Amino acid sequence: MELLSGGEMIARALEDEGVEFLFGYPGGAVLHIYDALFKDCKVPHILVRHEQAATHAADGYARATGKPGVVLVTSGPGATNAITGIATAYMDSIPMVVLSGQVQSHLIGEDAFQETDMIGISRPIVKHSFMIRHAQELPETIKKAFHIATTGRPGPVVIDIPKDVTRPDEKFEYSYPKSIKMRSYSPAQRGHTGQIRKAVKMLLAAKRPVIYAGGGVMQGEGSELLTRLARQLNYPVTNTLMGLGAFPGSDRQFLGMLGMHGFYEANMAMHHSDCILAIGARFDDRVTNTVDKFCPGAKVIHVDVDPASISKTVMADIPIVGPVQTVLTEMLTQIDMIREKDSDLPDQASLDGWWQRIDEWRAAQGLLSGRRYGQSDMIMPQQVIESLYRATGGNAYVTSDVGQHQMFAAQYYRFDQPRRWINSGGLGTMGFGLPAAMGVKLAFPDMDVACVTGEGSIQMNIQELSTATQYNTPIKIINLRNNYLGMVKQWQDMQYEGRYAMSTYEDSLPDFVKLAESYGHVGMLIDKLEDLDGAMEEAFAMKDKLVFLDIFIDRMEHVYPMHIAPNGSMKDMWLSKNERT
Amino acid sequence: MRRIISMLMENEPGALSRVVGLFAQRGYNIETLNVAPTDDPTLSRLTLTTVGSDLRIEQITKQLNKLVDVVKVVDLSEGAHVERDMMLIKIRVHGEAREEVKRTTDIFRGQIVDVGPNVYTIQLTGTSDKLDSFVAAMEGADILEVVRSGIAGISRGEKVLSL
Repeated sequence: MELLSGGEMIARALEDEGVEFLFGYPGGAVLHIYDALFKDCKVPHILVRHEQAATHAADGYARATGKPGVVLVTSGPGATNAITGIATAYMDSIPMVVLSGQVQSHLIGEDAFQETDMIGISRPIVKHSFMIRHAQELPETIKKAFHIATTGRPGPVVIDIPKDVTRPDEKFEYSYPKSIKMRSYSPAQRGHTGQIRKAVKMLLAAKRPVIYAGGGVMQGEGSELLTRLARQLNYPVTNTLMGLGAFPGSDRQFLGMLGMHGFYEANMAMHHSDCILAIGARFDDRVTNTVDKFCPGAKVIHVDVDPASISKTVMADIPIVGPVQTVLTEMLTQIDMIREKDSDLPDQASLDGWWQRIDEWRAAQGLLSGRRYGQSDMIMPQQVIESLYRATGGNAYVTSDVGQHQMFAAQYYRFDQPRRWINSGGLGTMGFGLPAAMGVKLAFPDMDVACVTGEGSIQMNIQELSTATQYNTPIKIINLRNNYLGMVKQWQDMQYEGRYAMSTYEDSLPDFVKLAESYGHVGMLIDKLEDLDGAMEEAFAMKDKLVFLDIFIDRMEHVYPMHIAPNGSMKDMWLSKNERT
Repeated sequence: MRRIISMLMENEPGALSRVVGLFAQRGYNIETLNVAPTDDPTLSRLTLTTVGSDLRIEQITKQLNKLVDVVKVVDLSEGAHVERDMMLIKIRVHGEAREEVKRTTDIFRGQIVDVGPNVYTIQLTGTSDKLDSFVAAMEGADILEVVRSGIAGISRGEKVLSL
């Protein structure tokens, strides 16, 4: 058997695990590891400019590919800088393995230079974490970390590695385990057949059904099966912010996103439904509005691989714990069996009536069935997303930051395929979009990758424009610039009588065009609607250039619909500044 | 309602902090906590009591089960079980009070495990209620210090919590 040092074992294990990119930043505690990577490792390392960006880039890569993102940071500030990105991945159940350096074992607990208790700090935001005590533990622990990160409900796993464990002069036998078994970790492999049968009967007996599908469908690779099930039954589908693309966004059966800024027809259909099939979704507070008033007439079938997500906020009438793929497959079989005996199910007259109501809602207030936004002498933010959609043929990977631009992108870009819409839904992390887009572009160099952002969010990780130069990731940055922290301003308009407490920057914004150019990228300033489509096409035609489109938009526009809170139900929405349901 | 949740977890550094941290992080409350290794040196047994609605308790056990270091979880209060809390209580005793404290200790089947010129240290084992009653019975006495182990529990009959 081969003898390797701890540092060499890490380099080798990453190869053996099939890791495609390692995102990281060197520092004292990880120098042995970096030396081992430098000497002999096939995995390319992407040097970011801030550790937070390493985690977001790995996260973007993971969301787009379905494979785990891998990060290497040093101890102390390297580790704490990674925290926001780990929390982002945790909230959205993204597979990630983070290797953090730690001070030498004998210094732990002595407040040594760049020491921080990474296991302690990361504990509430990881699926699991490991502290390495001896180099010989490395191969098995790394295998366990990848296994835990990628199975069941995925999530980030941290491995904290004291420097002495990786020293080059101490070598041990290395062999990378092919598989791993853990007595205390065994995620559900399939749903309970009896429960699935009950669920299918309830689903087929429904008169006003809605399928409510979330990010779990994406994570569990269940989009195709879900689409088949929905089409077979002709049932309406709504997706959560995390689930966009799980069902084709331009399909007639698609009601749009639901929730706080969800489509009118999606929220109305949910509220009036008599049977909700929730799948890979978790009844987040940004979906349900007031839980006590949530969908009063609906029976709930809840499918999730994580039992703790079921009946956490909304009680499930039929809980099914299992991976979406196996559960959906079994559901499809059961549906066939029941319909063979009783071909009248589901009742067509009821379903037709239900669709008629939905179509009425859609015609009255659907975001895509007529122009619902205002007009000004500025470009409207919605027009930018529509232009982006046209320029990319609806085929791009779109990452976003957090705020109004994120909601406009979610509403107006119709995602027909899974894993194309990449945003921080759960944690709502500003600064996510740019590094995430780099991670996506590295994985899919031939695809269009756009980062829809705002001038607030982009500045939270703007240093990554430098990383983008170094590794040539020609993404397109669509900066919706209104010179406000737009979503903050919207709430201040609606709830604080327009007192814009610290939500603007006065005259302190950089010239983004020059800034992009200083990194070797292309910058474009667009402030007229007639220039928009042309600029967008020109930008995407520059295949090998990062283009920063600084687009001046209407400063006063709000995102609608918007749930009325507190104490509102799904159907209570603002539809514009002065119209409500 | 008070519940007794007992679990087997990996005897690993950090395992306890994951359990305790989970309670803090999700706003659950721990009333008593007892943890020690078992006959299998790779496993620790942790027993805690908490108060909450059925829904809350269900969520707690689900969240505990998700912790990778937690191998098995049981809600002992769901079935017949034996529970024991152990108390050491130090009481200042003078003159006639010595006799009174001794009598009460006997009634509760406690033991005086340390005797000083002016203090008794009494050991008492039983349910939490019994221990509470003893403290109440000593109300007139001069209690110097109380230490309790927290509840440890086990199911009655054939039912066992093991791998």
